[in-house]
Amino acid sequence: MRNLTGGEESVTVPGATVREVIDNLENRYPGMKARLREGDRLKPGVAVYINGLLTRGSILERVDADAEIHFLPAISGGTT
Amino acid sequence: MARKSHVQTTINGETVEFLCESRQSLLEVLRDELHLTGAKEGCNNGNCGACSVILDGRLVNSCLVLGVETEGKSVETIEGVAEPDKLHPIQDAFLENAALQCGICTPGFIMSTKALLDQNPNPTEHEIRYWLAGNLCRCTGYDKIVRAVQDAAESM
Amino acid sequence: MTENKEYKVVGTRPIRHDGVDKVTGRALYGADFQIAGLLHGRVLRSPHAHARILSIDTSRAEALPGVKGVVTAADLPTAEDRIADLGEGAVNLKYLCDNIFASDKALYKGHAVAAVAATNPHIAEEACTLIDVEYEVLPPVLEVRQAMEPDAPLLHENIKTTSMGETAEEPSNVASHIQHKLGDPEKGFAEADIVIERDFVTGTVHQGYIEPHNATAHFNQDGQLTIWCSTQGAFTVREQVAEILQHPISKIKVVPMEIGGGFGGKISVYIKPVAALLAKKTGKPVKVLMSRTDVFEGTGPTPASYIRVKMGATKAGKITAAEAYLAFEAGAYPGSPVGPGAMCIFAPYNIENVIIDGYDVVVNKPKTAPYRAPGAPNAAFGSETVLDEIAEELGIDPLEIRLINAAKEGDRRADGPIHPRIGFIETVEAAKSHPHYTAPNGKKHHGRGIASGYWFNIGLESSVTINVNADGTINLIEGSTDIGGTRSSIAMQAAEVLDIPAESVNPSVVDTNSVGYTAVTGGSRTTYATGYAAYEAAQDVKRKMIERAAKLWEVDESNVQFADGVFSSINGKEEQISFRDLCGRLGETGGPVVGSGTVNPGGAGGAYATHIVDVVVDEETGKVEVLRYTAVQDAGKAIHPSYVEGQIQGGAVQGIGWALNEEYIYNDEGEMTNASFLDYRMPTCLDLPMIDAVIVEVPNPGHPYGVRGVGEVPIVPPMAAIANAIYDAIGIRMTELPMSPNRLLKAMGKI
Repeated sequence: MRNLTGGEESVTVPGATVREVIDNLENRYPGMKARLREGDRLKPGVAVYINGLLTRGSILERVDADAEIHFLPAISGGTT
Repeated sequence: MARKSHVQTTINGETVEFLCESRQSLLEVLRDELHLTGAKEGCNNGNCGACSVILDGRLVNSCLVLGVETEGKSVETIEGVAEPDKLHPIQDAFLENAALQCGICTPGFIMSTKALLDQNPNPTEHEIRYWLAGNLCRCTGYDKIVRAVQDAAESM
Repeated sequence: MTENKEYKVVGTRPIRHDGVDKVTGRALYGADFQIAGLLHGRVLRSPHAHARILSIDTSRAEALPGVKGVVTAADLPTAEDRIADLGEGAVNLKYLCDNIFASDKALYKGHAVAAVAATNPHIAEEACTLIDVEYEVLPPVLEVRQAMEPDAPLLHENIKTTSMGETAEEPSNVASHIQHKLGDPEKGFAEADIVIERDFVTGTVHQGYIEPHNATAHFNQDGQLTIWCSTQGAFTVREQVAEILQHPISKIKVVPMEIGGGFGGKISVYIKPVAALLAKKTGKPVKVLMSRTDVFEGTGPTPASYIRVKMGATKAGKITAAEAYLAFEAGAYPGSPVGPGAMCIFAPYNIENVIIDGYDVVVNKPKTAPYRAPGAPNAAFGSETVLDEIAEELGIDPLEIRLINAAKEGDRRADGPIHPRIGFIETVEAAKSHPHYTAPNGKKHHGRGIASGYWFNIGLESSVTINVNADGTINLIEGSTDIGGTRSSIAMQAAEVLDIPAESVNPSVVDTNSVGYTAVTGGSRTTYATGYAAYEAAQDVKRKMIERAAKLWEVDESNVQFADGVFSSINGKEEQISFRDLCGRLGETGGPVVGSGTVNPGGAGGAYATHIVDVVVDEETGKVEVLRYTAVQDAGKAIHPSYVEGQIQGGAVQGIGWALNEEYIYNDEGEMTNASFLDYRMPTCLDLPMIDAVIVEVPNPGHPYGVRGVGEVPIVPPMAAIANAIYDAIGIRMTELPMSPNRLLKAMGKI
């Protein structure tokens, strides 16, 4: 996503939910929404971390004022 | 359709009669004709030991024995190991040692262990590992299985 | 280190609830399922690794007496190029369907082409040989670096590399490129006193579960489809089959039978939609079983990879920069675990300057599937070997260099997120003080190695229902298929809440019509997330039981408390009733009590492991023997320690197999030449010592009892630990997996 932010690795935007954060990112960096959302949902394969914790992967997730959010590829796994 | 043969054999102490095609393995007969599904198919070519049964006192892979070969013989399967009101000490030892995870290889390991302890009641760890090398387990890393066999030997 | 919370059930070792069924042969696995009128299905597979399918003629097969139906890709609804989230991450439906039956091209030897249902399996097998398929054989691409060459034969005309959101113009076998960057790697390397860069190659390996894939399907005239099968997730089977067959999920019931191992390999569907298609065509129930060769050739292995790792450190052992290049074979369709590999590779360490590039590359091999911490073992083989070399060059103890650089809470991972409370340091310290590490090690050709590893663990959705019985026991209904004792680890969490013995819980794993949505048994999530749901369901029961006690005593609910298995009234009247006695009075206080718990927890805690291994290398034969093995792991909280140890031991041994013997061996035509358990050599018990599993408990704040996942991380360290031990033994750095006798002999210059 760095190519959309002009190389910036970390950007600060307002928003009380992941949905609002993505909307505000889109306003500043057009194209961001297409990477992260599909309709009114998080795009399949995208994982959201808030303050280091993997969330349940919803745009409805609430975000605190100074929260740090990461959008990363989702993982899957397998045990016995 | 291939012609079927009539076979009479003893399974877990009971006389059993069945019809089978000459190409059917004992494993197929046990599972598909007699519904004794405790013996499992993991590879169908004798490499994994999940289908282990005891035939006339000898441990065999039932996938490598033909159904018709059991005429007049005696077969012991996992279904015949426990008594009606209590488990065999090997079965207890597997449970107490948590020596199974998915459990698919467990019937084979128990039959193999039974065959080992029938002929060598006090095996060393190396003897246990050597004997059980014909049974594959992918879940446990064998540690708890070997301990279960040691415990079973002690309690029998 | 361990939180000293007193638990009555959690942390004990009861006999597993399904134990008796499993030691007596009574437990029913997928292939054991029987039903009247059953037909048997078999699959015809491509003999070529890469070929265009020109025509398929099934008429001779259909004419064979006993054959009831034949299906091919033509029987599948046309799939769109669409990304769907099917419970195991994002999946492109077109690829998913093409992997069920090759439509235009066969992309690996073993790729399913057609399937037959017949009155017995032998007739079905015979009929497969009567299907005439005309192929135009194409040159295969069998290795990741070869596939990345610009002039390599293309598997897919429509795959163009996506890199950082941009899509390339020209088609390529490189499906995607990802990059994680932190700080200024160039500056970091400039600050280093020592920089080491090495290349690594790992082979294709299989999950190796003992039970082959299986499925029995029945299609009613009203469109109701039932599938009995072994799977890691009944709901993900329902979702995938619904998408592949374009059939509503409400018309599909998936009944999970007992499962004989999965390790990630029984999440993707292969023959389940095939059984459904055959059942639809014949109007009869159809059972499809794979042979062992089908399993090797037709189901997901975990990828071969090419990895380059560069690390720089100061003389004091502080890592100043790290760089990794990871190229993973996805198999026939995109979707290798290079993503998680790239995210895990340096996760044990706090490094300021990092750059990681990952490439997902298609080759003519089976589509890869998850396998225990997918991607992380390949990556750790590279990074943990390079770190060992740095420690050796600097004269620093290998555990010490890990402590110098160890990541802790608040440190930043290279892929961005900051670490929550993690227990890496605790595992290294436990390894350092373990008698294995302090034992003498100096004999000729004997060596000791250590390595560490990281895996995320995941949360996802789980549902549990609890029905309270009149005798003080509970029936616990769950949707997580039990592959390694999770009925018990889940039941124990409910038992802890209700203060009843583990034996008073009857857990049942039920079908998709009988429990709320539950994601796969995978990602080390089951004891964590389904256990969490069981905890919530038990809390729900407790609340409702308090209401009943209040009603019984005609007091306010706020006056009732529950402690030590007894409800008591704390204000006014002094009353007491045990949980068991109150269970006997439910009818008169309002009817049955049913508790439910559903979760999608966001607090999965990452897991770390540190392993120690002693080996001896036979100079004549090149054979490496493992003499002693110790695996230390942070479990957060071990609910049932025996089964946590079992996961650690089993994972370590799979890693030992991966390190020393296991690999798909291909000929130039792209045929796997060792597709049997005899030639694909998994460890037997004769190859191994006891595996000492050491549980460290750094509770995960994201779970009521502190549970982290335990199943996956133990497979991450073994390959590097063994490579480091081989170096210690003979002074040679092995950089290619498996480290089989022939590779050792070559490395030693003997052949």
